[in-house]
Amino acid sequence: MNDKEKRHIFDNPRNVKRAIHIIYAVCALAFAAEFFIDRYVDHPWEVLFGFHAVYGFTACVILVLAAKEMRKLLRRKEDYYDE
Amino acid sequence: MNSVAPFLVFYLGAALVALTRGRVRAAVLLAIPLVGAFNLFTIADAAIGTVAVFDYTLTYLRVDRLSLLFGYLFHLAAFIGVVYSLHLRDTSQHVTGTLYAGGALGAVFAGDLITLFVFWELLAVTSVFLILARRTERARAAAMRYLVIQVLSGVILLAGVLIRVHETGSIAFDFIGLDGLGSGLIFLAFGIKCAFPLLHNWLTDSYPEATPTGTVFLCAFTTKVAVYALARGFPGTEILIYIGAVMTMFPIFYAVIENDLRRVLGYSMINQLGFMVAGIGIGTELAINGAVSHAFNDVIFKALLFMSMGAVLFRTGRINGSELGGLYKSMPITTGFCIVGAASISAFPLFSGFVSKSMVMVAALEEGHPVVWLALLFASAGVFHHAGIKIPFFAFFAHDSGIRTREPPLNMLIAMGLAAAISVFNGSYPWVLYSLLPFPVDYAPYTVAHVLTQSQLLFFAALAFCMLKLTGLYPPELAGVNIDSEWSYRWLLPRAVKVFKAVFAPLDLGVRRAALGFVNHFIAAVFRRAGPDGVLARSPLAGGMVVWVLVLLALYLLLNFL
Repeated sequence: MNDKEKRHIFDNPRNVKRAIHIIYAVCALAFAAEFFIDRYVDHPWEVLFGFHAVYGFTACVILVLAAKEMRKLLRRKEDYYDE
Repeated sequence: MNSVAPFLVFYLGAALVALTRGRVRAAVLLAIPLVGAFNLFTIADAAIGTVAVFDYTLTYLRVDRLSLLFGYLFHLAAFIGVVYSLHLRDTSQHVTGTLYAGGALGAVFAGDLITLFVFWELLAVTSVFLILARRTERARAAAMRYLVIQVLSGVILLAGVLIRVHETGSIAFDFIGLDGLGSGLIFLAFGIKCAFPLLHNWLTDSYPEATPTGTVFLCAFTTKVAVYALARGFPGTEILIYIGAVMTMFPIFYAVIENDLRRVLGYSMINQLGFMVAGIGIGTELAINGAVSHAFNDVIFKALLFMSMGAVLFRTGRINGSELGGLYKSMPITTGFCIVGAASISAFPLFSGFVSKSMVMVAALEEGHPVVWLALLFASAGVFHHAGIKIPFFAFFAHDSGIRTREPPLNMLIAMGLAAAISVFNGSYPWVLYSLLPFPVDYAPYTVAHVLTQSQLLFFAALAFCMLKLTGLYPPELAGVNIDSEWSYRWLLPRAVKVFKAVFAPLDLGVRRAALGFVNHFIAAVFRRAGPDGVLARSPLAGGMVVWVLVLLALYLLLNFL
């Protein structure tokens, strides 16, 4: 990368950190909103406090970790199908 | 009353495209979907167009709310695809793209199963050129596999139709329902084109191999025609609920570990189709509305995502996550459009997925399928993870790959802008889309609870990505292929044929050698007796023969006296 090039927003590690902090803040806000918003529920499991937040988080962690294990089983070289 | 079949506009238009060049062709290409849309607009509700062929009356035009919605959708998709590919100087892609869109229109307005079959096969043989147009050996091989599977789907459809017509005596394409062999075969044919689990691999195999512009056409039509056909023929078929749930689940695991970003989109496409299939399976008015409106939104935002990845491929020549990154610096507008597409597919509030996907999920709960609902919710978080975050992150952000390029041509940007605008419009103001749905809509997407729960789901999915990335648990993008059901016909079948040959070739050779030896032996034996030197071919002297005759006669005489 040459020095003359303009510095872009995420070249600065502080901005990356800021973006991550924004995500934390938004999550905290979305979670806290449940104290104030009386949401109706379609299903008994939804009554649990923060159900969607917890479900979304665990779903993604399970998804990624399971996919990682799957990859060990499924990944082959790029020319696997080529004769 | 106007009853010009919508596909005719496209087929005649394709002929004009073939005959023109340059700016005139561009004008013709743009005019086709516009003229088509106007034609559709003037077609009266419930119009019917029929033509008699031999003993059958074929219904080439059947207009009702369901076919009309898909009709408008396909015109819109064709227009976006045309704008996106205006810079091309490739007659074959322009012509076949137009024919392909026309075929899709022919299929959704088909009122009988024979017409449906004809357009079903036309879809296959016209779209394959969009893959071949990449002009690489890989693309050629993928195109051939695509063609075989698509044509197979057509052949199965034909077999099912023939049996069904024999059973019922009617060729009408209305509710079919799973009952018996004929309808089962039709169901299977629809399932192949709709990428049912284990029948899905043609999609992720071929779409990433097509040209950047070709994929935009491909992603809009084939699978959505199948969704339409299922919604027409098999609404409320319970097995579809479970097929749909499986379709939403398994591709997201593949999408997380897939390196080719257009293949990631292929897997996420199966995931989105799963929501539609599940909705059709549930079969209530709400669920069908959800499935159909999600098909509408999916065509637009999936096209947008494929267009943004197409722009990356077009400019950089690369599409693997492991080779990309940092492109937001040189393609900021494309990045923005990609993020809009990502937000739409992830169903963020104010983006189009939000107003359609949830209908299917609410319907799943209302009809007493809580486990399916949990699966769909899991898939909703997962789709945000792999399509909403992974696609923009690895292409445009992540580590800087050092690639410096520029924005794609203006026509590509306009096409992406158009799709982005529609996605935001449908998400923020869904009432226009709702008014086009097959059943009256009694559903309010923007309740406080829905906005809150969906936001929680998505933000915490993002949080999970952040944490996994920061802790280094997130799997890196790696080159390679992940084996999927295509393994059966790309790895197993060729080897099985080889083994078969290895085992049976010697056996076959032996049998044939033995047979040949026997025949030769026989010929030699005959030759020995009847050949020029054979006993039967000797030429003894006439005198000798007379002696022998005398001996014989004497013998007779002797015997006579005994």
